[in-house]
Amino acid sequence: MSAVLKEQAVGVPVLDGWFTLDEQRPHLLGTRCTACGTYYFPKLKGFCRNPDCNGESFEEVPLSRTGKLWSFTSAAYQPPEPYVQVDKEAFVPFAIAAVELAKEKMIVLGQVVAGTGVESLRAGLEMELVLEPLADGKLTWKWKVAA
Amino acid sequence: MSTNKDIAILGVGMHPWGKWGRNFVEYGVKAARDALADSGVNWRDIQFVSGAATIRNGYPGQVAGATFAQALGWQGAQVNTSYAACASGSQALAAARSKILSGECEVALVIGSDTTPKGFLKPQPGDRPDDPDWVRFRIGITNPTYFALYARRRIEMYGDTLEDFAQVKIKNAQHGLSNPNARYRKAFNAADVAASPMVADPLRLMDICATSDGAAAIIVSSVDYARKVGKAKAPRIAAISTVTPTFASALVEMPDIATDSAVAVPAQSFRAALPRKAYEEAGIGPEDVSLAEVYDLSTALELDWIEDLQLCARGDAAKLLREGVTRVGGRLPVNPSGGLACFGEAVPAQALAQVCELTWQLRGQAGERQVAGAKVGITANQGLFGHGSSVIVKA
Repeated sequence: MSAVLKEQAVGVPVLDGWFTLDEQRPHLLGTRCTACGTYYFPKLKGFCRNPDCNGESFEEVPLSRTGKLWSFTSAAYQPPEPYVQVDKEAFVPFAIAAVELAKEKMIVLGQVVAGTGVESLRAGLEMELVLEPLADGKLTWKWKVAA
Repeated sequence: MSTNKDIAILGVGMHPWGKWGRNFVEYGVKAARDALADSGVNWRDIQFVSGAATIRNGYPGQVAGATFAQALGWQGAQVNTSYAACASGSQALAAARSKILSGECEVALVIGSDTTPKGFLKPQPGDRPDDPDWVRFRIGITNPTYFALYARRRIEMYGDTLEDFAQVKIKNAQHGLSNPNARYRKAFNAADVAASPMVADPLRLMDICATSDGAAAIIVSSVDYARKVGKAKAPRIAAISTVTPTFASALVEMPDIATDSAVAVPAQSFRAALPRKAYEEAGIGPEDVSLAEVYDLSTALELDWIEDLQLCARGDAAKLLREGVTRVGGRLPVNPSGGLACFGEAVPAQALAQVCELTWQLRGQAGERQVAGAKVGITANQGLFGHGSSVIVKA
């Protein structure tokens, strides 16, 4: 990863339209079936997957930016591509959280912010969504223990 | 009613699991010939070849029933191929059962075989944000992540420990020691497991199964045909469940990054649904089960399966393990074959390998790993894309 490329990537989302770029209070962006109210992340369009619903109309909605920690783990080794590859010595293991959103009744995965390891996590902790860059400078959503 | 739906297992055969690096057809033919010899049925008398497929290897469509039918010598049998990820073998078995029960054929060969590629499985290259597999790897979520999340959930909810997970590995390694078809035949102790590197906390390398080459084949027939060839007492297949999940699926599954939302309809467990349908179909309950072969993709997942099979209450599986109930010699042995811990996963063959083990156990031919008085066995597995299976075999 060259320094120039990394500079160009700063502030650019890793996935277009998956989350708002609000630095203080970012939200994941999903859709919601206007007929039965089921939420989808990533966004679903076309046909509702609830077997009892014939809905075909969806609205884009910001998902709750806080939730309860359902479970967690870590990536001790650098994941294969398309995860951005860095030198073996430069790879820093990170934690991963599964967070339960109460209003949407769904669980969403994401990395945990840099500096928080599994030893400081417990199921049930209140987590909040933040944005942090990946190794190539592109922004992604991450979970952080709520203050 | 259930007896009308039974079919007989006349013969079983396997090619040993390993990393042999040879063509999968070779393994499959070896397994098929062993199963035919075991059944006493002549290859020319097989009326239907039911193959289990995978999306890897060769060119698309090559891992198929017809490939094995040709290698065994075309003899004009009907042929079919089933793809259902890890449940491909069970799906192929279900296809054979349907033909037998509808009277379209009397005796069939069900076969699955695989050669696995070297190295880690990873998504196709390119920039593909519409592909959930691409997305999850892009943000650092790999296959072990999911199994580690389930394992950690057990620790948080039920108080399971890393030592419990290690004990699953130790137990299964002990079971597989004497199994000639197992790839890993080595005993381990708690210190060995503790010394293996952490991959996805709380799972260590030794908690996670490998991928292997291997093949399994089964000769099945109508109960009448079994009687006709002097095998009236052959083990019977009493149920094959291959149901899909029911929306809203409660657990985050590979390759997704979120669960279904349970706002409009309640959340449902896919793993629990698979054996529920099997019990219903067989007309028996968990209290009738003598042994189980379950998909231990991770050590902790074996404990989840024990509860999904209703062999104990939710959260009690580690207690069963600690009391020795689930080892050979215990009241309810789980993975007497050694499980995926000793085999490694050979996708289209694995669900059939589980049925082969149950067959040997129910016939009393499992040698040192024999479960005394085995009468009813159940399998469970789950794979990608909403596929899974649970098969019940009875003496």
